[in-house]
Amino acid sequence: MSKRVAVLDGVKIGLEIHCQLTALKTKLFCSCSSDYRDKEPNELVCPTCFGIPGTLPLLNERAVEYALRIAIALGCEVPQRTSFYRKNYFYPDLPKNFQISQYDKAGGVAIASAGSVRLEEKRVRVRRLQLEEDPGKLTYEGTIDKSPYSLVDYNRAGIALVEIVTEPDFESAREAKTFLEKLRAIVEGLGVSDGELEGAMRCDANVSVKGGARVEIKNISSFKEVEKALNYEILRQSTFSGTEGGAEAETRHWDERRSITISLRTKEGEQDYRYFPEPDLPTLELSPEFLRRVREEMPEVSEVKAERYQGEFGLTPQMAKEVARDAKVADFFEEVVSKGAKASDAANWITGEFREEVRTAAASGDGRLKAGDLVELLKMLESKEATRGQAKEIFRGMMTTGKGLAELGKSTRTGVVLDESSITGLVEQVLRESDAVEKAKSDPKAFNYLVGQVLRLEPKADAKLVAKTLARKIKR
Amino acid sequence: MAEISPSVAELVRRVASQEVSCEEKTIHRLARIPRIDRDIHAFLHLATDRATKKAREIDRRAKKGERLGRLAGVAIAVKDNICVSAMPATCGSKILEGFVPPYDATVIQRIEAEDGIVLGKTNMDEFAMGNTTQASAFGPTKNPWNLERVPGGSSGGSAAAVSAGMSTLALGTDTGGSVRCPASFCSVLGLKPTYGTVSRYGVIPYANSLEQVGQFARRVSDLALLYDVVSGHDPRDSTSVTSPKARKSSGGFKGKRVGIVTEFFGEGTKDGVRRKVLDASEKFREMGAKVEETHVESMEYALAAYYVIAMAEASSNLSRYDGVRYGASTEKGTADWNAAFAKTRTECFGPEVKRRILLGSYVLSAGYYEAYYLKAQSARGLLRRAFEKAFKSYDILLGPTMPVLPPRIGEKVTPLEDYMIDINTVPANLVGLPALSIPAGFVEGLPVGMQLMAPHFGEHLLFEAAQSYEDAVGVPGAKE
Repeated sequence: MSKRVAVLDGVKIGLEIHCQLTALKTKLFCSCSSDYRDKEPNELVCPTCFGIPGTLPLLNERAVEYALRIAIALGCEVPQRTSFYRKNYFYPDLPKNFQISQYDKAGGVAIASAGSVRLEEKRVRVRRLQLEEDPGKLTYEGTIDKSPYSLVDYNRAGIALVEIVTEPDFESAREAKTFLEKLRAIVEGLGVSDGELEGAMRCDANVSVKGGARVEIKNISSFKEVEKALNYEILRQSTFSGTEGGAEAETRHWDERRSITISLRTKEGEQDYRYFPEPDLPTLELSPEFLRRVREEMPEVSEVKAERYQGEFGLTPQMAKEVARDAKVADFFEEVVSKGAKASDAANWITGEFREEVRTAAASGDGRLKAGDLVELLKMLESKEATRGQAKEIFRGMMTTGKGLAELGKSTRTGVVLDESSITGLVEQVLRESDAVEKAKSDPKAFNYLVGQVLRLEPKADAKLVAKTLARKIKR
Repeated sequence: MAEISPSVAELVRRVASQEVSCEEKTIHRLARIPRIDRDIHAFLHLATDRATKKAREIDRRAKKGERLGRLAGVAIAVKDNICVSAMPATCGSKILEGFVPPYDATVIQRIEAEDGIVLGKTNMDEFAMGNTTQASAFGPTKNPWNLERVPGGSSGGSAAAVSAGMSTLALGTDTGGSVRCPASFCSVLGLKPTYGTVSRYGVIPYANSLEQVGQFARRVSDLALLYDVVSGHDPRDSTSVTSPKARKSSGGFKGKRVGIVTEFFGEGTKDGVRRKVLDASEKFREMGAKVEETHVESMEYALAAYYVIAMAEASSNLSRYDGVRYGASTEKGTADWNAAFAKTRTECFGPEVKRRILLGSYVLSAGYYEAYYLKAQSARGLLRRAFEKAFKSYDILLGPTMPVLPPRIGEKVTPLEDYMIDINTVPANLVGLPALSIPAGFVEGLPVGMQLMAPHFGEHLLFEAAQSYEDAVGVPGAKE
């Protein structure tokens, strides 16, 4: 059922993701530990994050750096200065009954805006990024609408959050989920957040079907739930489409246990957050020097890198992803290319049968991987100074012994046998001795086996020429 | 009028040289306060144990010949919106009844590091919203010069405590005149420093972008000393700046340019007040200053801009008082938190606080934010430029601190009439300028204050001017 709903026309989904900067040691505005998971309730609080009167927020500079890493990775525009705003609303999980957040209207400038993320063939636009504090956590007895009381734990209050808001560019629940997985990989790659941690990445969504009213869905706890919640909501709303009035603009709550969304409040009663600039925090200058430092210190995320490899080196998406997956391997790849190798050849080599060995060797960083030698090796291959088999033998030798090409090249017989008559002789010899000849006529595996037999007789034989000759022979 | 007490420097010398026992003096003072304060009600809390203990420690150190701080043994009263650990901090509100902050404000740490003795906490208008101290949930403070009159506010308790000789020095907070107004009404010195020079860490906010911790004293040298102790950069307050410390007063005022601001003598100014302040300004001319009338533009926007911004910030600052984490709660153990918050806030906030929360919420609401809040901020910008222009021609700008004499306690005024008397004090807060109220004499037996304003970080100019004036007319006495 969900599959059928997921491809419905006219679905528009926007996401609002709250991503905790879990790599930070302390909270956003005080020096309390941010390691709040599995702690006793209200253990990690101080006068500031508990909202004791007279305390003042002190901005965690590292949080700004981490938020900017995300901004840069998502290709956002970063302003010269940004400021904090108070978002005013009463809720028991908010120690001050306002949240220090950011605002991009009425003179406010969020820390980043106008980015995008490539999602297969389309681009999803990121409207803005905001840095803000997490509220505490409420525990209800039973369900939110029936609980006789709620318990408040402020350990989470003040944890640094980056809010990422997309444009309504998703057309299916599946697409939204794919984006979230990519986003998680990005923030993890940036070393700013561990999306696997419970509650580290939370998502609200807005959904409209066929130009109907926009419905917000809150309380989606995991990415698995996102797809379920969105598909439920798309189905729910599509039953309204065509009826008078259509779906109502409202905020709904995803009830994970019952797998349904329930109405929280209609938009008519929508809250007015009375935003205004936080007077206790001066405007934050994001100087070019500061941004340069952030750029220099941030690791390039494989997702972003893969996109670059496609553009810069013309790698296929699959190949680019494969090379970029491991940062050390990617570094090696870039070194090889910078020293003159053809990018597609280098990528093929690195991600081919030696993939695991290359990864291990790159990770060890002990110098076994010699970029210059691989460049030479690839050139030898191209110029037919070595066969594929010989090159592989040399490369394997490099990685197991740590010796260089100069040394290994001597002990490996190189040079390619290109002489057609001697190859024809070898092919005929194999055909005489093998009983797989009949099979090789129709089965490529058997055919390759025969090619291998020829190469065993003469490792220097040019594999392509062998295959050509063999094909001619057995078809005859 | 009591004997004029010696300067803080002299008091510290006597304690350090063991001419007097700090402990004895403190015990004596603490015993005397209730007798005086029965009539005045300046204090909400007396820190008898903490003060006595500190005094004993100072004596012990004096005996050992250890170096003592610059405020050794000096009594300091603290407004009840400044956090002192293990002392209540009610802000004059029922909603903070029972709240004891777990930490010291930076200004308190600095005072205690210089061996000052925190006497206790003083009365104030609820959350510093008022200019009479009648809006305290714990009853009004009375003016030591006339018990039927208000002491001014909102730091009325601190001003009265110094004025009546109960405390040598005091701290207040000034958001729109809350130090200068009671200083004027109680005939003491009251300074509102440049925004950012004194840490706000530990100060329970009314309107963060406007307020500073201010100082009360009877002598200029004492005031300058207290300011010097509490001011300076504090890494815990992001709005605090590294300020040039107050320079020692040179005593001379010759050749300084003083502007008498016509706009400070508006239509609501009482004749006696006008005359007294103009007379006092004559003293500056006699001292060789160049005194002339001048104008400051855009002053007509100040009051409205002030109230819009102050109420907006207040509406947000006061949201946290919901009875969940600290302070009073009149509805416990209910499922409906919204109703519980509303009940506590309805029952525990006074009418003026509620009025300002409502108005502040209104001016921040969608559709009104641009029309009120943003407009008020641009008025603030206009005023800043107007003062920058004026200070190109003058070192000091001058006028009455308050346009009226201290009103009678219980006198019926509309909120608007009440707000109007802040007209001369709010510009300094909007622009962040330092301003000082100094006693200018008496009219109908009631004190009149003269306000001196200086450019940003120009506290030394204010101290110099005030010192010259004090040298000319003498130290005003205490009313006991």
